[in-house]
Amino acid sequence: MNSTPDVLNRTDRTASSEAVVAVDGLEVVRGGRRVLPGVSLAVPRGVITGLLGPSGSGKTTLMRAIVGVQIVAGGDVTVLGLPAGSPPLRSRVAYVTQAPSVYADLTVRENLEYFLRILDAPAGRIEATIRTVGLDRHADQVVGTLSGGERSRASLAVALLHDPELLVLDEPTVGLDPVLRGELWATFHALAAEGRTILVSTHVMDEAERCDELVLMREGRIVASGTPAALREETGAETVEQAFIALAERS
Amino acid sequence: MSPRATLATAQRVARQLRRDHRTLALVLVVPPALLALLSYILDRQPATFDRIGAPLVGVFPLIVMFLVTSIAMLRERTGGTLERLMSMPMAKLDLLLGYGLAFAALGALQGVVAATVAFGLLGVESAGPEWAVVVLAIATALLGMALGLLVSAFATSEFQAVQFMPAFILPQLLLAGLFVPRDAMPAALEAIAGALPFTYAYDALAKVAADDLDARLWLDVAVVAGCIVLALALGATTLRRRTA
Repeated sequence: MNSTPDVLNRTDRTASSEAVVAVDGLEVVRGGRRVLPGVSLAVPRGVITGLLGPSGSGKTTLMRAIVGVQIVAGGDVTVLGLPAGSPPLRSRVAYVTQAPSVYADLTVRENLEYFLRILDAPAGRIEATIRTVGLDRHADQVVGTLSGGERSRASLAVALLHDPELLVLDEPTVGLDPVLRGELWATFHALAAEGRTILVSTHVMDEAERCDELVLMREGRIVASGTPAALREETGAETVEQAFIALAERS
Repeated sequence: MSPRATLATAQRVARQLRRDHRTLALVLVVPPALLALLSYILDRQPATFDRIGAPLVGVFPLIVMFLVTSIAMLRERTGGTLERLMSMPMAKLDLLLGYGLAFAALGALQGVVAATVAFGLLGVESAGPEWAVVVLAIATALLGMALGLLVSAFATSEFQAVQFMPAFILPQLLLAGLFVPRDAMPAALEAIAGALPFTYAYDALAKVAADDLDARLWLDVAVVAGCIVLALALGATTLRRRTA
């Protein structure tokens, strides 16, 4: 057994009392392949936890299991004290997939109006979320005519409608200009400051630096976790990217 | 289940349909145009046109709703919106009934337009009440919708979904008695026809057209309604909250 970084234990400690998501021995098999061979993880409340790892490392599968839309082969996933995917969680957890999940033949506002009614959220939320994602000028444009980044923001807006306690975001800032990316990250921090928990996946290293907690994934396993500072310190690296490489080599 | 989510879905689907002007035009214009063509083709065989004219008003909604629904539901599945809805506080039936309401409205509109042209301009005659033909057209629209929802689960592309029309709908039309009366068919085919839902819709339409409003008519209508409910229930089982 090689040296497990101390930082792993730090997250586990937080897990005991404040964990919003507790994953224990999660196994997922997809297409005959064990995509997740037994992952354990705790996501603390009120912070931004970043899932960092290359494409194919199992980030999306892990997020899908946490939201409760993934068929799992074994292990336990508990969200807000309930089994993942149980009915009461459907109005407390929001999930944004990598591909925008909105109706391309409706306008941004029409999409939001529909999902708002499904979520039974107050009508005032529509304008607020349109502003949050910066789509004010495109609110009455049909989604199919928007750019890729604008579509992702429309999809993100749906997740913000009902003020969820846990936001699970799969690469929400892909293809966005740096200014807007900065603004969205400020929004994520503001939401976390209000006590909401955010689990966000990314493969952009500068975004990793903006997370409160990081979970590094590689080939379906968690290589390390901890604060960006702790991970850098642990490896003596200057950036999270270098820390990631060092930890990946060590595992 | 909640009326809120059902109605919201019906309005959303209706909005999507309203935005697609070309589809709407095709849905409303093609049936009366084909009826007109058929009346011209059968110009010298008026008896045949009289026999199938009224039942044909109910055939178009079956075909059109089957196609529209199977593709719309396939888009929900492949576009990620179905997964999003299934992770929200929404019952599967809310989604299905929402689709049902929106398409019933479209089927009613289509039935009214086709019936108006058929009875008003083409001289199609129905001995029974003409409104009953329209009501049965709505029933076949719902049947087409329910079957479309069900088969969309087995299609992974729009190419496949479109091919299900000749695979599932055309045999029902051929065997129902539209082209050749069922009692003139080989016994085996007659038996198969008895197991297909459209056969009962066709019989009901033919009975109304002949003003043959007996108890058998209600049995036919009941069978069609039962098939709609069954197809919707089976369709609901294909909507999964968890997928691989």
